[in-house]
Amino acid sequence: MPEEKLPEAHDASQGHEVAPHSDPFADPGLPAHEPRRTDIDERAAKRAERQVSLMFVVSMLATIGFIASYVIFPIDKIVFIFPIGHVSALNFALGLTLGVALFCIGAGAVHWARTLMSDHELPAERHPIEADDEVRNDVIEQFKTGAAESGFGRRKMIRNTLIGSMALVPLSGVVLLRDLGPLPEKKLDHTGWQKATPANPIPLINMNTNEPMKAEDIVIGSLTFAKPEGLEESDEDFQQNIAKDALMLVRIAPEDIKDKNSAELGFGGILAYSKICTHVGCPISLYEQQTHHALCPCHQSTFDLADGARVIFGPAGHPLPQLKITIDEKGFLVATGDFDEPVGPSFWERS
Amino acid sequence: MSSASSVKSDARPSTGSTRDKPANKWEAAADWTDGRLGIYSLAKANLRKIFPDHWSFMLGEIALYTFIIIILTGVYLTLFFKPSMAEVVYHGPYAPLDGIKMSEAYASTMDISFEVRGGLLIRQIHHWAAIVFVASMLVHMMRVFFTGAFRKPREINWVFGFLLLFLGMFDGFMGYSLPDDLLSGTGIRFMEGAILAVPLVGTYGQMFLFGGEFPGTDIVPRFFTIHVLLIPGVMLGLLVAHLILVFYHKHTQWAGPGKTEQNVVGMPLMPVYMAKAGGFFFLVFGMVAAMSAVATVNPIWAYGPYRPDQVSTDAQPDWYMGFSEGLIRIMPGWEIRAWGHTLNMGVFVPLMVFPLVLFAIAAYPFIEGWITGDKREHHILDRPRNAPVRTAVGAAWVSEYLILLIGGGNDLIATHLHLSINDITYFVRVGFFVIPVLVFFITKRWCLGLQRRDKEKVLHGRETGIIKRLPHGEFVEVHAQLPQDKLHKYTAHEQYEPMELPAEVDENGVKRKVGVLTKTRAKLSRGYFGEGNQIPKPTAEEHREITSGHGHH
Ligand code: FES
Repeated sequence: MPEEKLPEAHDASQGHEVAPHSDPFADPGLPAHEPRRTDIDERAAKRAERQVSLMFVVSMLATIGFIASYVIFPIDKIVFIFPIGHVSALNFALGLTLGVALFCIGAGAVHWARTLMSDHELPAERHPIEADDEVRNDVIEQFKTGAAESGFGRRKMIRNTLIGSMALVPLSGVVLLRDLGPLPEKKLDHTGWQKATPANPIPLINMNTNEPMKAEDIVIGSLTFAKPEGLEESDEDFQQNIAKDALMLVRIAPEDIKDKNSAELGFGGILAYSKICTHVGCPISLYEQQTHHALCPCHQSTFDLADGARVIFGPAGHPLPQLKITIDEKGFLVATGDFDEPVGPSFWERS
Repeated sequence: MSSASSVKSDARPSTGSTRDKPANKWEAAADWTDGRLGIYSLAKANLRKIFPDHWSFMLGEIALYTFIIIILTGVYLTLFFKPSMAEVVYHGPYAPLDGIKMSEAYASTMDISFEVRGGLLIRQIHHWAAIVFVASMLVHMMRVFFTGAFRKPREINWVFGFLLLFLGMFDGFMGYSLPDDLLSGTGIRFMEGAILAVPLVGTYGQMFLFGGEFPGTDIVPRFFTIHVLLIPGVMLGLLVAHLILVFYHKHTQWAGPGKTEQNVVGMPLMPVYMAKAGGFFFLVFGMVAAMSAVATVNPIWAYGPYRPDQVSTDAQPDWYMGFSEGLIRIMPGWEIRAWGHTLNMGVFVPLMVFPLVLFAIAAYPFIEGWITGDKREHHILDRPRNAPVRTAVGAAWVSEYLILLIGGGNDLIATHLHLSINDITYFVRVGFFVIPVLVFFITKRWCLGLQRRDKEKVLHGRETGIIKRLPHGEFVEVHAQLPQDKLHKYTAHEQYEPMELPAEVDENGVKRKVGVLTKTRAKLSRGYFGEGNQIPKPTAEEHREITSGHGHH
């Protein structure tokens, strides 16, 4: 922008030099100092002094209170305090005494500064951050001399190879991170149900009772959670497995199931869907009997379980994977294969 | 100087001190230190350094003090916390969880809350201070934005401040992920999904971050190191740089009598500012401690340990992450599948918009500087109304933030206000685009209205509420002239003229090439300073004309 387009350099703010009469908006300069009560009345000053000291004394008492509370209150004592409710007596006492002890030091100091320390406003000069031309030129000269002496600009081969090596060397740091974890391979594509085959099915275990389930145990409109047989909470990698294997079983009257394919994967109206939301992987837990809608509490993706768990609302991008189930000769529900597609949040390699 | 004494001083070794004898042992100690550290030269410039006073300057101080509180309490917590995901069975004093399997991280957080005396308090102070820290940084940043304090020479400090906010938010996220409770585990799961959504490298990133499949056993110890060492270290460096620059630039100040671009008016560091600022630290610490005594934050015992197949209600991040949560909730679930690959737009787009919302504001000082073309230093603050477009941009940004916050809390709003969650989401989807625009125009008009009122006041004086009847029967309200200091204050701001494009043809009649950039700049400049986007401020002539003689109404 051309200089003349800028506002005149800080015009009004340099009022000192302009006589007030010629410019009605000129800066009248620093206002005269107005004394405070404590400046002129010795009694008021004495009172302020006592107030400040009082706050410091209260702080001392509060610190003693803090130590006393630490000793006195047992850690498991719960008290009812209106309107907060049931709280730990120790936490409450420690927090309040510490709060008061700290606050009073602050309040005392601020009060002291406001009432008794000088409140004369003083101006201080600013200096431009930029150096003047002489310094600037001098430095640039020196730099040029240094650069010329290094021959950095002249010896191009050295320069370019130096830049190249400097650019590459941080890669070592990146490579060293490789062993942070294994390669993805096909790990995300399969779950614990993949070992199931028609010849060698895996029974479904009720999450609550830890028992195998019979088809007739599941009533229409109910939602049951299940896991594969053999997955125990005491297992070392239980967390990792349940993060993929968790099942959600619903029973829908066969005539209400809209998706034919989905009905076939199920057994007698019992459908087994992955419990893990296809958005970013929260477990789905809210089920609406009448509509057969399952809602993920995290970002409200809503799936229609009667229609192949199609997404009907929210940010999830694809239906919940379904597990093929049937019953074995004793009437227990079993899975005969893995989910029809990878469970959980989607990823680049997922086809 | 007598010849005798000069002989004496010459006889000393040249590196010896020629200083007068110290008056007492304090001076002696100071002299000793000065001989090693040069404290006198340091103090000479700074002991009575002037700090201007305005309540809004406190906001940055709150951020600074809560940061210190977080570090102090954080160190205490590391003495007790075990950042391990190894499984243990709980047999502590909290009966509802007795016999339950959980990670050591969760169990040790339970211990801190129920068995370490004062542990719960420190945990609460740590968490509360973190919340206040991010909040105060945000509000502090708004103060700097709306007053134009970010202009030269302070642009770099604006960027430092922005980075502090960004890192602060992330460290907060990591921090509440550490206890490995049901809520924090859900947050980590969310992060896993977000990483997986990155095309090409997402799965590798996920495997490397978690050391295998979700959740594995590495994530808590890794987050721990990042949370207590890496990010705070970087933040500490940034913070020191930020403060050095504040010190070096000196504070900005509001326009007013005696205040110019070349001075800074206020109270000296010693004693007033020292007492006020030092005292304020204790006020803040005291408040946070009291808050932690009465208000529970993050009661991990109520959530229970993390299990990937369970979730607690109110799956909410802390509020400062709420806008990213909003983004992820309002995005439609678009997924592109082609050539055996899946691009998860429903997660990836919010993931990209998230930094954009933040970076847009980080770049603002440079954008505005480019538009004004102003290369001078600015130390006098703008009243927000006097920069209508900037103020409107800021307000629009804040409204975007708030609307996303609504999106992020749609379930809470739905249950509390008995609304449909889907309706709220649809509203936010539209509001995301519409509301900031509305807010922009409303704010701008409002600023212009306020500017007009200032002009009115300068030219016609202030309304006194006294009605006078003129000889011929007319009633008029008496207006009182503003005193000089007010006149000055209301007219001290600068006004830029919009940039004009160079003439189509140059003096030789040859067609000029005007780049897209120049054209954009001219357009933006007109948008900022063109007609209708600022009210021309009253001139001395106008004022003289009106005040000379007749015009007291
Ligand atoms: S994880 Fe289920 S909606 Fe986001």
